[in-house]
Amino acid sequence: MNRLTISLSPHVHGGDSVARNMYGVCIALVPALVASLVFFGLGAAIVLVTSVVSCVFFEWAITKFLLKRDARSVLDGSALLTGLLLGFNLPSNLPVWIIIIGALVAIGIGKMTFGGLGQNPFNPALVGRVFLLISFPVQMTSWPIPGENLTAYLDATTGATPLALIAQGNLDALPKMSDLLLGSTGGSLGEVSAICLIVGCLFMIWRKIITWHIPVSILATVFVLSGLLWLTNPQTYVNPVTSLLTGGLMLGACFMATDYVTSPMTHKGQVIYGICIGLLTVVIRCWGAYPEGMSFAILIMNAFTPLINTYCKPKRFGEVPQGKEAKK
Amino acid sequence: MNNLKVLLNGIVRENPTFVLLLGMCPTLGTTSSALNGMSMGLATTAVLLFSNLIISLLKSLIPDMVRIPSFIVVIASLVTILQMCIKAYAPSVDASLGLFIPLIVVNCIILGRAEAFAAKNTAVASAFDGLGMGIGFTIALTLLGAVREILGTGHVFSLSVFPDQYGALVFVLAPGAFIALGYLIAIVNKLKK
Amino acid sequence: MKKLESTWYNMVIVLTVICIVAGAALGFTNSKTETAIAQIKERQLTDGIKEVLGGGELTVEETDTIEATGAVVYRTDRGTAVQATDPKGFGGALTVLVGFDAEGHILGYRVMDSSETPGLGQKAQQWFQRDGKGNIIGKKAGSLSVRKDGGDVDAITASTITSRAFLRCVNNAYAAMSGSTDVQSGATRQIGGQSNE
Repeated sequence: MNRLTISLSPHVHGGDSVARNMYGVCIALVPALVASLVFFGLGAAIVLVTSVVSCVFFEWAITKFLLKRDARSVLDGSALLTGLLLGFNLPSNLPVWIIIIGALVAIGIGKMTFGGLGQNPFNPALVGRVFLLISFPVQMTSWPIPGENLTAYLDATTGATPLALIAQGNLDALPKMSDLLLGSTGGSLGEVSAICLIVGCLFMIWRKIITWHIPVSILATVFVLSGLLWLTNPQTYVNPVTSLLTGGLMLGACFMATDYVTSPMTHKGQVIYGICIGLLTVVIRCWGAYPEGMSFAILIMNAFTPLINTYCKPKRFGEVPQGKEAKK
Repeated sequence: MNNLKVLLNGIVRENPTFVLLLGMCPTLGTTSSALNGMSMGLATTAVLLFSNLIISLLKSLIPDMVRIPSFIVVIASLVTILQMCIKAYAPSVDASLGLFIPLIVVNCIILGRAEAFAAKNTAVASAFDGLGMGIGFTIALTLLGAVREILGTGHVFSLSVFPDQYGALVFVLAPGAFIALGYLIAIVNKLKK
Repeated sequence: MKKLESTWYNMVIVLTVICIVAGAALGFTNSKTETAIAQIKERQLTDGIKEVLGGGELTVEETDTIEATGAVVYRTDRGTAVQATDPKGFGGALTVLVGFDAEGHILGYRVMDSSETPGLGQKAQQWFQRDGKGNIIGKKAGSLSVRKDGGDVDAITASTITSRAFLRCVNNAYAAMSGSTDVQSGATRQIGGQSNE
């Protein structure tokens, strides 16, 4: 990457860079990472290491040999982040070869095909996850029971996730609210601990890596909609707090939907984007064929991001709204 | 243009799937296996050959203002005849392609070639054009079907490449059709350079 | 040869002639293939009936069509075969031919028509057979359901929707055979968010 020559005016560089933001997100993921190791032990470690190593490797190999560009860009942390997020979205007993396929799809199809960082229309980690979910439904929907036999990997005992219980209408078997909050429940290895994800999210907002608009609008929409459904029929629909704490909602709202490249640029656009993701998630959860709709909702709205950007342009400096010229 | 050139034009230079991007519905819908893709390609070839031939023979008899309805009647009749023959003599093909056979009627390649080629050229040249386009389409569909079948199930025709639990199911389903087609077109473009 | 002018007269004549010729060609082909198509359908059905009733020669004594569900009942000297359809498979309607003995135990089945996902729902043809994982052969039909719904049949892995539709077909087939008009009552409960297919 060549530095642009800057002349005249005394400019001060803000110190902001791709790498700083990417590593910032990675730091924000640490609490959830620790939680996944506590609950899923060896399996989580194997899945995460495989996912990160293969994502970084594919990014490096494709940049160097297929695109023939300077491969040092692999150090900007975006592949590391994709690898971490992909790993977070997988069950901890997934065989290594499936994870490698997922990493190849995430980096190869999801990102590098479109020209690399900044040009991918869809969140690469989610492309990888959804590809695996459709391709290997059996392996991708068997979830190890947390906290049981931490040294087991492929042979871990599996159980139903809270969302699967909801989908079956088995509301009495749901784990306690405190378990959902801490993460002692079945699911993808990084999505279980809501509290750790919230801490990471607050860290990102504090460091100004993201703004509050996307996560808050998604969570608020899901809360309101599932609350309305719950009020109409508490026997079939879960209460809104449980909806917020289950499945990939927290992980998606805080870390996946907020991806810079694939989310709208203006705050207004981000709120529209967030509301639509929340809406789609509730619709897929309640009436869709899959128990969880977060990843599909984010991917669908990723596709709408360019359209949202077109209609929510930031106001130009000095621009006068039409028909209001006299007021000054 | 001599006839051989017309034939090769459809197979390589103006391949209906990889270059003209015509007939995407059957291309994506029927290529869940190499055999299905090939059957669909051959069925389309048969229709294309006869429709081009008949339309170029009739071209001076058909007034311009009613040419599209006339072409459609000819094509639809050919497809229906083909469908009845397949039902009667190749029930296994009927079982796997079923709905897609009648849809050949609305395949853009057929009307496209009738309009762009058969209505302006001699019967012999039109027949070669239909055959070339059909073969090009068949090759493309077989290739796409083979790629999807191998990646999705680990075998192609009856040849087993790897055990089927390693197959990525998405390639047998609709999203995989788009992904596989996209990469095939990319590779074809790269090779043509 | 010069092209015909697009006059009203020319257009009507040409279109009429083309349509007549096309119609004649279609009629001719139809007359040639009609019997062959009917024979193939017939053979598929009789093969199916033989298969689901355990093979060997048999004679169909009586055929009933249940108006409400479209199920067709073939009573033979070796048991009863019923063809039943459920519209809510994963990829569309699912048609299954099921063979029963006199007490309503399942002798065999065959998936006649389905648009289920290859590699998932398409496994139904093998999955519920005697050596499959979700064996239903020998079970009493009527209220079969998958484990998730409290039944004792193992659903096809990752294809619960197909499995439910399949068992609804079997239950409907039994209901059609036993002459009950309330055929829907045997169907398993449909639950809002389904899983994993």
